[in-house]
Amino acid sequence: MQPLTNKAQAVNRQPMTFWERLYLINIIKGMMITFSHMFKKQPTTRYPEEKRPFSPVFRGLHVLNRDEEGRERCTACGLCAVACPAEAITMEAAERVEGEEKLYREEKYAAKYEINMLRCIFCGLCEEACPKDAIYLSETFAPANYTRKGFIYGKSDLLIPNPTTEAADLALARGVEA
Amino acid sequence: MEIHLTQTILIKHNYISMTILAFDWGLVIEKLILIAVVVFGSLGIALYTTFGERKVAAILQDRPGPNRAGPFGLLQPLADGLKLIMKEEIIPTAANKWLFILGPGLAMTASLMTCAVIPWGSDLELFGRKIALQIADINIGILYVFAVVSMGVYGIMIGGWASNNKFSLMSSLRAASQAISYELAMGLALIALLMTSGSLSLKTIVEQQVTGNWWNIVYQPLGFLLFFIAALAECNRTPFDLPEAENELNFGYHQEYSSMKLGFYLFAEYINMIMSSAIMASMYFGGYDLPFFDESTVAPNIAAMIGVGTLLIKIVLFIFLFMWIRWTIPRFRYDQLMNLGWKTMIPLALFNLLITGALILANL
Repeated sequence: MQPLTNKAQAVNRQPMTFWERLYLINIIKGMMITFSHMFKKQPTTRYPEEKRPFSPVFRGLHVLNRDEEGRERCTACGLCAVACPAEAITMEAAERVEGEEKLYREEKYAAKYEINMLRCIFCGLCEEACPKDAIYLSETFAPANYTRKGFIYGKSDLLIPNPTTEAADLALARGVEA
Repeated sequence: MEIHLTQTILIKHNYISMTILAFDWGLVIEKLILIAVVVFGSLGIALYTTFGERKVAAILQDRPGPNRAGPFGLLQPLADGLKLIMKEEIIPTAANKWLFILGPGLAMTASLMTCAVIPWGSDLELFGRKIALQIADINIGILYVFAVVSMGVYGIMIGGWASNNKFSLMSSLRAASQAISYELAMGLALIALLMTSGSLSLKTIVEQQVTGNWWNIVYQPLGFLLFFIAALAECNRTPFDLPEAENELNFGYHQEYSSMKLGFYLFAEYINMIMSSAIMASMYFGGYDLPFFDESTVAPNIAAMIGVGTLLIKIVLFIFLFMWIRWTIPRFRYDQLMNLGWKTMIPLALFNLLITGALILANL
């Protein structure tokens, strides 16, 4: 058979020489190899203190976006829920009433918006489906919680800080996520 | 009559109090303190040897190792110990309860008893007394070590048998046959050393190296190599850790053990390592002798302290060597182990014995 690579090597079936049978030399050689590893750079990322850099398209936990004036962008159209292959997203729509124009961008908004992070597979299809740029996947990952209930993220967990009233919080969140 | 009786009692009482007074209580106190220091010291070192093992393993494999508990993970062994103590203690229903408890106790006792004959330093002068930094300078020191080390096998044997588990029994059988095979080579390697030193007392052997020009390693390189390999086997360290071969025997002789009983077995292994390092350092590497340094130029107390420090450094270096070997080479197959023990080590030890004898006869 034609070898596929040039890496093939013939197996040496010669009987071992005296020095090879003694093992000691080879053991010392091996020990030198392990000793040299003491001075090698460790590839470890010391996780909680140090984080691995992510690519800007990393798909972590979701955020619900607001526009520049701090109004929620989501109109509860349900396209994200339809697009979701894991069926992790549920929402309830409500109609904006007089006086709520500063809160919601469109006439319809999501009164309830829940993502089950235990179901979510972080594929990002919701992000692609959204016509209003309302949902984004951030760089936050590995959420921790004591109960399963805690992994169902509601609007309060998902909405980003209001850029007009909570600018400092938003900058902090951006800084951490970036 | 009555008077006579009281008189005899008085005399007797006097006699007893006199013998008690004549008895050197200072010696008892000094030895008790020394025993406490040595035992707790070696326990403490063993505690940190477990930590050292994990750290050495880590740095040899390009990992950081335990670094969470305390600065640099220094509190890790305390956390491990606490965990072992807090764990539920399980004694299998089919196990022989008394032997099951006796096993780890025996293993621990045997490994701690070895430290009695190790000279930790030259004499210390305190409160006008000359204090020997050795618990007992007996003239059969090395024989005593051998006796105690072979007793340690009983700990493993009893533990493995009492567990009433096939794997544990197999493993303890392995441990016993391995210990017996390698003790022979170890003893033969040692006899060559005894021929040159002419004494079984560890103190005398060390003093000879302190006053003489060379350490015994120069006279007995092959003997040391054989002794070292046999010591690896006696301590059940890689490449001779067959009694604990996880892939064939699950966990070995301490498979059924839990809580601090398991801790005792693991601890005994580390104490064995420390003690065999101390013995190798004493017999072949000058014990508490700091090379290129004349101890008589400083005060005897300072010289003794330097000696203790030197011996401790030698022990640490040996322990590092043990670990370095463990994280480099895989373990032998059982037939390879037996071949090495009986067909290589013993003939080599006999050869070494012959050479040594010939050189002594030739007055070299």
